[in-house]
Amino acid sequence: MESASRLDQNHQLTLKEFPYIIQWREGRCTRCGRCTAVCPMKAIEPAVTIQRLVRSEGDNPTPKVSRTVSHVVKQVTDIERYCIGCGTCTLVCPTDAIFPEYNFQHKFYHVKNKGGIPYMRGGRRNDPSVSTLDKLKFTRISMLTDPALDAGRHEFRIRTLLGRNLPAEHLPIKVDGDRLTIGAGEFVPPVREIYPIRIGSMSIGALSPHMWEGLAMGITYLNEVEGLPVVMCSGEGGMPPSLLKSRYMKYFILQIASGYFGWDEIIRALPDMVEDPCAIEIKYGQGAKPGDGGLLQAYKVLGLIAKIRGVPQFVDLSSPPTHQTQYSIEESVAKMIQSMSMAWGFRVPVYPKISGSKTARAVLNNLARNPYAAALCIDGEDGGTGAAYNVSMDKMGHPIATNIRDCYLDLVKQGKQNELPLIAAGGVGKTGSLAANAAALIMLGASAVDIGKYIMQTAAGCFGDEHNRCNVCNLGRCPRGITTQDPKLYRRLDPDKVAERVVEVFKSADVELKKIFAPLGRSTELPIGMSDALGVGDKDIADRLSISYVC
Amino acid sequence: MCRLSAITSNAYFSPMENILALETMKEGHDGSGLGLMLKDLGGPFEEFKGYPVLSAVCSNQGLLDLDEYMKANGFKEKFTWAPNIKNVPGVERRENYLAKVYDYPESYRDKPMTEKEDLLMNTRLALRKIGETDESIFVFSFYPDVLTLKEVGDPLHVGEFFGLDKSDISAKIILAQGRQNTNYAIYLYSCHPFFIQGYGTMTNGENTAFVPIREYLSGRGNPGYIGYNSDSEVFTHILHFTNRTLGYPLHYYKDVITPLKESEIEMRSDAAALRLIKKSLRPLCIDGPNCVIGFTPDGFVFMVQDAKKLRPGAVGGKPGKYALMSEVCGVDRAVPDRDRTTDIFPMKYDTVIIAPGALEVKVWNQLHG
Repeated sequence: MESASRLDQNHQLTLKEFPYIIQWREGRCTRCGRCTAVCPMKAIEPAVTIQRLVRSEGDNPTPKVSRTVSHVVKQVTDIERYCIGCGTCTLVCPTDAIFPEYNFQHKFYHVKNKGGIPYMRGGRRNDPSVSTLDKLKFTRISMLTDPALDAGRHEFRIRTLLGRNLPAEHLPIKVDGDRLTIGAGEFVPPVREIYPIRIGSMSIGALSPHMWEGLAMGITYLNEVEGLPVVMCSGEGGMPPSLLKSRYMKYFILQIASGYFGWDEIIRALPDMVEDPCAIEIKYGQGAKPGDGGLLQAYKVLGLIAKIRGVPQFVDLSSPPTHQTQYSIEESVAKMIQSMSMAWGFRVPVYPKISGSKTARAVLNNLARNPYAAALCIDGEDGGTGAAYNVSMDKMGHPIATNIRDCYLDLVKQGKQNELPLIAAGGVGKTGSLAANAAALIMLGASAVDIGKYIMQTAAGCFGDEHNRCNVCNLGRCPRGITTQDPKLYRRLDPDKVAERVVEVFKSADVELKKIFAPLGRSTELPIGMSDALGVGDKDIADRLSISYVC
Repeated sequence: MCRLSAITSNAYFSPMENILALETMKEGHDGSGLGLMLKDLGGPFEEFKGYPVLSAVCSNQGLLDLDEYMKANGFKEKFTWAPNIKNVPGVERRENYLAKVYDYPESYRDKPMTEKEDLLMNTRLALRKIGETDESIFVFSFYPDVLTLKEVGDPLHVGEFFGLDKSDISAKIILAQGRQNTNYAIYLYSCHPFFIQGYGTMTNGENTAFVPIREYLSGRGNPGYIGYNSDSEVFTHILHFTNRTLGYPLHYYKDVITPLKESEIEMRSDAAALRLIKKSLRPLCIDGPNCVIGFTPDGFVFMVQDAKKLRPGAVGGKPGKYALMSEVCGVDRAVPDRDRTTDIFPMKYDTVIIAPGALEVKVWNQLHG
């Protein structure tokens, strides 16, 4: 018998399956069309309906029915055009007539695999629960037995070291009478003094030119005007040659990843560089999509990006999940660190970045024995990405808190906690508590933390959240102009305003860090590993992290 | 705040001088314990200058265990001293307080001093391990010409308890500390001063950076870097690590625990070395507020503090006798007939170093190197 689906629309989706349902107030709407024009997903469209109107005039009820043609804003039920809840429609509506509402009963993940293609997106893990980092608090307050410091007036030194710190026993120091001298010509690994919150790796390509430029201007201002040595990482994909050859290079960490995108230009620019980069980051993994390589979807590979990366336009740029030279950790990591170090005459710290993993300690212990490894960056499961399969983002990965703590305590056992800095990333500032998350990670043993999604949210108003709002970074349709290569979209973003916000964000985080460190009585050195300052109201977390249980 | 009382002299003097100086500094309850560390010993120890002295508190069983261990490891007992205990209200008497002088095991007699020092430290640690669980043995120091006494109670009462007012025990350098009144569950190993291989220090103030420092020291591979029942024990070990292990001159202790800012380092002629040690020894930055008084194996006595120590310690005296105290009234008690205009109140950049014999006092300013 023939299926009746053709007739009764049984196989179509209802709006209740969708994650966001548009609430439209007909009475307020002026039919200006801005919302439908601006919607990045074309999830709403103007439609014409026939409305049945019942009216009654006069003292007695005399209902009369009439039918009128009406113009409405309608949400479509095509899964490829689902409402992402970004709210750009609300933003442009002059009469507050429209807004998307989250639908807790949605079945989006059941149906978003049309054509056998799993759901891909940008953003980070869709887990709105309270993270471990947000559960940690600072409980060792200086009260009378020692003076709490005045966060506003006391002098604080909030800096960290990026690079291989030789143990004192191995420093080329000689005693000459009653003074210390250093032996001439002896090699000491490069170590940078930087601000302990860095902007993590987000590539030109993943970010729009305006966004990347805004970040770059912001950190340059912080360094040159505010005296905060904040650095940022290029991400995979290179940097504009003019910047590579500029004196600002020292504020940037160059990333090399498995696709080596952008490195032709970097190698070409090498002879003309007037400043060394802050460091070289070798990306082996990313917390948001562990075991997956980088991915820049074809939608975003436009002229500028194609030129910097040395590839044709409109092709998917997927980096392999691992470096092609990788045979073993010794073969791959050690040689790559050596090669990169050699390219800059051993003047630049070179370190790997891995995704959070149960195997992080094995990597760490190998690096601890590699005298050229300058640090280890671990990117936890709450890290963000420009494009990945949803399953990778939501289900793969390792939380950063235990990874950092385990690695730090391993280093403590070897007495190398100051020798090999740990950099923590992934979910720092996820709910807006940047300074508190950063300080907690530092006290668990991190020397520095990276932020990515946080800076997009605070400096450029990224709509993304853990209810899967927006998260279309992969499609190049970012309504804020942050993660798109479409000039029509990214011109919405003013790089100067982004830069201004970057400066505000770091200045404010600096004040908050002081408000945390001051009551702990710490001001001279970053309280790396000061775990006695931490407490948590969850016994299991306390035991696992070797910190106090408080309630 | 803990009270600190150190005296260095070219003549032997009684530890009661330190205790009486402590008494002048007393404010409020102070029954948390007294630690005394005597160096360059006089009295009955004068004739045993080259022989190590083991300072311990033991139960009767602990004493048997101690003797058995020492005998089994080839140490020959040459002399035993025990304080003449007088029962004093508020001080709980333990079974044995003693200081035993030993001769080195046969195989060590001709070994260099560094090897002997390692043997002494390892022996002290082994005895500590034997008696730590059941608290049958507390051993504070094992080193030539150094004696340590510790007990819980008001310092003056503890001095009386040990019979120090009538004892012939004396020394040329004595450190004494009265613990602050915020401690109730007192453990003898948490009483200052602390000792390791000829270095002794005591501290007041709270060490806010204690945990990272402890973890760093614990990873240095030195078996002596253990204990840490007090957050102040790390100061002794940092001194030992800086001066003995790394071989840095004494005044670099200040550069390790309170490193200068880059703008200040620039002014030093040894800036290149300072930059390296600041990075390399970053976890040993104390962050205060602390005042540290201590001695080195060769008899230098020093005082140093960090910038957060709002009320500095005081150093005063006359050639042949100097007092280093946490309060100036302590100096007044110890050396009343001095020229007070020469008193030194070391500020955040200063290290006061008094040479053996107490004839020369140097104030080393960190800014000038």
